[in-house]
Amino acid sequence: MLRSLTTWVLVGQRLGIALITLVIVSFAVFFATEMLPGDVAEILLGQAATPEAVAGLREAMGLNEPAFSRFLGWLGGLATGDMGRSYVNDIEVVDLLGRRLGNSLRLAAVVTMICVPFALTCGIAAAMWQGSLLDRAVSILTISVISVPEFMVATLAVLIFAVWLGWLPALSYGADATSFVALIKAYAMPVITLTCVVSAQMIRMTRAAVIETINTPYVEMALLKGASRRRMVLRHALPNALGPIANAVALSLSYLVGGVIIVETVFNYPGVAKLMVDAVATRDLPLIQSCAMVFCVSYLSLITLADVIATLSNPRLRQ
Amino acid sequence: MIDHHDTPRGLRLPRFGYAFNMTGRIGLAVILFWAVIAIIAPLITPYPPGEIVDWDYFGPVSKSYWMGTDYLGRDILSRVLMGARYTVGISLAGVTLACAGGIVFGMVAAVIGGWFDTILSRLLDAFNGIPSLLFGLVVVAAVGSSIPVLILTLAAIYLPGSYRFARALAVNVNTMDFVTVARARGEKTGYLIRAEILPNILGPVLADLGLRFVFIVLVLSGLSFLGIGVQPPHADWGGLVRENIEGLSLGAPAVIFPCIAIASLTISVNMFIDNLPKKIRDRSQ
Repeated sequence: MLRSLTTWVLVGQRLGIALITLVIVSFAVFFATEMLPGDVAEILLGQAATPEAVAGLREAMGLNEPAFSRFLGWLGGLATGDMGRSYVNDIEVVDLLGRRLGNSLRLAAVVTMICVPFALTCGIAAAMWQGSLLDRAVSILTISVISVPEFMVATLAVLIFAVWLGWLPALSYGADATSFVALIKAYAMPVITLTCVVSAQMIRMTRAAVIETINTPYVEMALLKGASRRRMVLRHALPNALGPIANAVALSLSYLVGGVIIVETVFNYPGVAKLMVDAVATRDLPLIQSCAMVFCVSYLSLITLADVIATLSNPRLRQ
Repeated sequence: MIDHHDTPRGLRLPRFGYAFNMTGRIGLAVILFWAVIAIIAPLITPYPPGEIVDWDYFGPVSKSYWMGTDYLGRDILSRVLMGARYTVGISLAGVTLACAGGIVFGMVAAVIGGWFDTILSRLLDAFNGIPSLLFGLVVVAAVGSSIPVLILTLAAIYLPGSYRFARALAVNVNTMDFVTVARARGEKTGYLIRAEILPNILGPVLADLGLRFVFIVLVLSGLSFLGIGVQPPHADWGGLVRENIEGLSLGAPAVIFPCIAIASLTISVNMFIDNLPKKIRDRSQ
């Protein structure tokens, strides 16, 4: 499949926009946290600090420089992996973040691996038998999951699997997971919750993408010439729906970013989101900024990826 | 003060003579029910919502406590009724600000066009690149949590989306002949957006407002659940779930009922919007 020059120009444009967005977003994150009332030096030293000590610390931290040059310094630091030190426990933010990032990514990877095949099967099946009992059941279920907050899905999962069935431990994350079964049990609840949240989005979008393709004249033609419903969808519609489906997958994976914040808090899972929520409670600014940037970057890359896939798979731009 | 908006909006639609199907009516009934509760909550709470009335914490559903008691022994029914004020009120104020801002900016951008449109669209698109819950976390971490801050934050989160939607509709209307005629007549931008564009995008824009209301309820509940939304001793529904999350492993009704309240509101708004007559909902005009 050859892509025309226009396609690459469009993709380049999209990447450029993503980069500009990233700069604006980091600008927003920096100034939202930096412009807050209350002096960082005073917060650090506590109420008993003398004015001289505060002035000294301000000088040492470079707080007297203009905000914009501090922003540039901060941005440069981010790019080179220097994220400053945590105010609260005086550890390099990179070290704190690095330890937690692995946990969060592992959770996201497991959810993605379960979610994608499951959601694609459900979505395509619902589209194939549009209007059937299966389709309606799937629609009602996904709408219900989308209309309620993530923590409610988590609450429901705990009620069902821990309280009523008693299969899994409630609200606890066993870091000392020694055996394989214990490991599964520790991961099960966060994974179930996130899978529900993300799959619901993915199923809806996949179904919509496939149905849009099914409604085109050439697919109708396939049905008219006598192809079975299954063949019509799998052979004629699906290849052309692949682009929109991939777009839907990337877009719904971006719901992981919001979902993971709630889920890690509910289940006490030691990931980046829990780190950030704790940092908000203690107003640990460098940590909040860095965590926020981690989330924004992952979110932005997912939605950019979705757009790029949509551009690349658009047959009208093919040579 | 902010609670009144819902009732006229809900009542106005049938008066125009639109017919609703059964699902839509149930949705509307639940929405009106919560709107009324939000207004009259202090009059009908069986106990003062902040008072400890039962020595037993996480008490079960009983005759005197219809929804059980919470982690301190306060009556959950009273707290859920009062919580409706915060959840419905803050969300409604947030969504009104977000949509009013989004629609006005969207129409102005569509009518003026040119560099104004380009810059505004790019800028607001960039803000769409921040996950909503995260935006709330960062702002509240910076400014501290209070009800005006919450309302403004929620409005800021959903303004870009509303802008994008209203602008897309307004751009279509803007190319219609009657707008060209009005422009040739020498009408000002203010007149164009008020008299020519707004009436023609109102239906879909109101439907969009309903959907955005659901998102705002979800984000507000999420923020309160994380402990940075409505601050104790007051509690919205998300805050009630947070307070009583310890009771989850006991299967306490104190966790379950606030959850049901949130779900009933968001699901019925979705049901109502999904079943609006095509005339109102149609987004392709």
